[in-house]
Amino acid sequence: MTTENGRRRVSNPRASPFIRLAENERFLATALLAPGVIILVLFIAYPFVMAIWFSLTSIRVGDAGQFVGLANFAKAMDDTIFQQAFKNTVFYTFWATIFKLALGMWLALLLNRHFRFKRIVRASMLLPFIIPTVLSAFAWRWMFDPTFSVMNWALYHGGMITDRLPFLSSGEWAMWCAVLVNTWRGMPFFAITLLAGLQTISPDLHEAAALDGANAWHRFWHVTWPLLLPVTLVVVVFSVIQTFSDFQLIYVLTGGGPANSTHLIATYAYQIGVGSGLLGEGAALSLFMFPVLCLVVWLQLRYLKRMENA
Amino acid sequence: MLIERKWKKWVYFYLPMAVFIVFTLFPFYWMAITAFRPDEELYATWRQPNAAPLWTLAPTLEHMKGLLQTTAFPTWLWNTMLIATVSTIISLICGTFAGYALARLRFQGSEFLGTAIFITYLVPQTLLFIPLADIIRDMQLGNTPWALMLTYPTILIPFCTWLLMGYFKTIPKELEECARIDGATRFGAMVRIILPVAIPGILSAGIFAFTLSWNEFIYALVFMASADQKTVPVGVVSELIRGDIFFWGQLMAGALLGSVPVALVYSFFVEYYVTGLTGSVKG
Repeated sequence: MTTENGRRRVSNPRASPFIRLAENERFLATALLAPGVIILVLFIAYPFVMAIWFSLTSIRVGDAGQFVGLANFAKAMDDTIFQQAFKNTVFYTFWATIFKLALGMWLALLLNRHFRFKRIVRASMLLPFIIPTVLSAFAWRWMFDPTFSVMNWALYHGGMITDRLPFLSSGEWAMWCAVLVNTWRGMPFFAITLLAGLQTISPDLHEAAALDGANAWHRFWHVTWPLLLPVTLVVVVFSVIQTFSDFQLIYVLTGGGPANSTHLIATYAYQIGVGSGLLGEGAALSLFMFPVLCLVVWLQLRYLKRMENA
Repeated sequence: MLIERKWKKWVYFYLPMAVFIVFTLFPFYWMAITAFRPDEELYATWRQPNAAPLWTLAPTLEHMKGLLQTTAFPTWLWNTMLIATVSTIISLICGTFAGYALARLRFQGSEFLGTAIFITYLVPQTLLFIPLADIIRDMQLGNTPWALMLTYPTILIPFCTWLLMGYFKTIPKELEECARIDGATRFGAMVRIILPVAIPGILSAGIFAFTLSWNEFIYALVFMASADQKTVPVGVVSELIRGDIFFWGQLMAGALLGSVPVALVYSFFVEYYVTGLTGSVKG
């Protein structure tokens, strides 16, 4: 069919100028790339430049403000709530990533075995990642409810506690709860991606190692882990970026409270930039994420390059 | 020997697997069971001896009815569906074109553009939302669906492009060359020969993009002000909590109904979704 269509077109001597132009590789490439690039420039590159400009001015809602140099950044560094938010973001990212990696790896190894209902189990394991985070975070908030918490009920009736646990009403507890929920949400991403990596590892390698007398742990550590390392690294980088810039989970779970103790950089920037309308200061706060994100990406690129050269 | 292996399988496989399943699915179970629970059962304190929070004794549709009749929830659901569909389609078109150009056409700066598009993938929304809200307002797009239909593709185009670029590279060049020898134009060969072969890849990117747009929160929160323009996540957060009071029955009903459409789409295309997910990080 298609070739016939093509023939007809060529036999037509009056091919439109556009079609002739589209034969030019450079022109076609420009035309194909244009729509995507325009959207990305308009809504990523341009706002990014604006973010830097905003952060150097005293702009607020309804007032264009003026150039203030690095004053917004200096103010943020002296702000104890921001210092706390920065520490929280590092804490949250560090622990959530460790847990997601460990549990995701474990789950991937389990899912890599043969068992009944494997497809449906694997499909349902991804649900936390599919369901909108805001909605599932509400379910968690309800499970952490100070008065009606099902977890307090279960622990109390299981005889493990005598008084309710202050899940979200104490700053330290709340931070760990957020780590737990983030782990719950992100673990499937690790598990499924690592599982895809595991499936590319030839079972022969494991058999050979087993014949040489390696036990399960040795086989994991000396065969699976090194082969999986490149995939793991990419997943970790993606996850670190997502977690470090997280907003919605904390926004729903604690709103940054109690007493500003669980703010992340993004939630605090939202509170200042949108809540109080201080656009310049808010933009400066979000920009504190940027160097850290750059560092993560740079480390990854450097590592990948070293792997290629090795 | 056999008995020992069976015992081992229980400890090393069934038990941890069961714990993972409960951990993963319990919040959804809890969401569902709360949505159908009358208030008397909902607000029974956990120390009450006869409280049975794990099961609803007298299920009720009261919260569902309240949600659908007294709030704008159906409108939010429609908005979300529309915005997610349109931004997915925009991203697929842009991503397919760009992916094809980067995979197949030789032109100056193709490598640079590929890397640049990949880097935009790593820019989080929380870095941009403050100036972007201003830009959206300047473009007179604030509080219209277009504010989200045009900004969601910024999250989706980079990975659509990368996913499809990888996919196009796996399609043998000979396929196109044959068509070209038979007289097809470059564009014709792409549309008629390569795109049909790439449909699984396009579907994977599309499903992944759809779930991501359904999930997006901060742009929708900042750009949409009036209640009838909100998406499900934003509507649930901002309109179902009145003052400081959480109506948990209605909230969970909203969370459940807001999750069902995306879960359904996902369940029909699990394999494609997984391909999209694992492909999106290969970079």
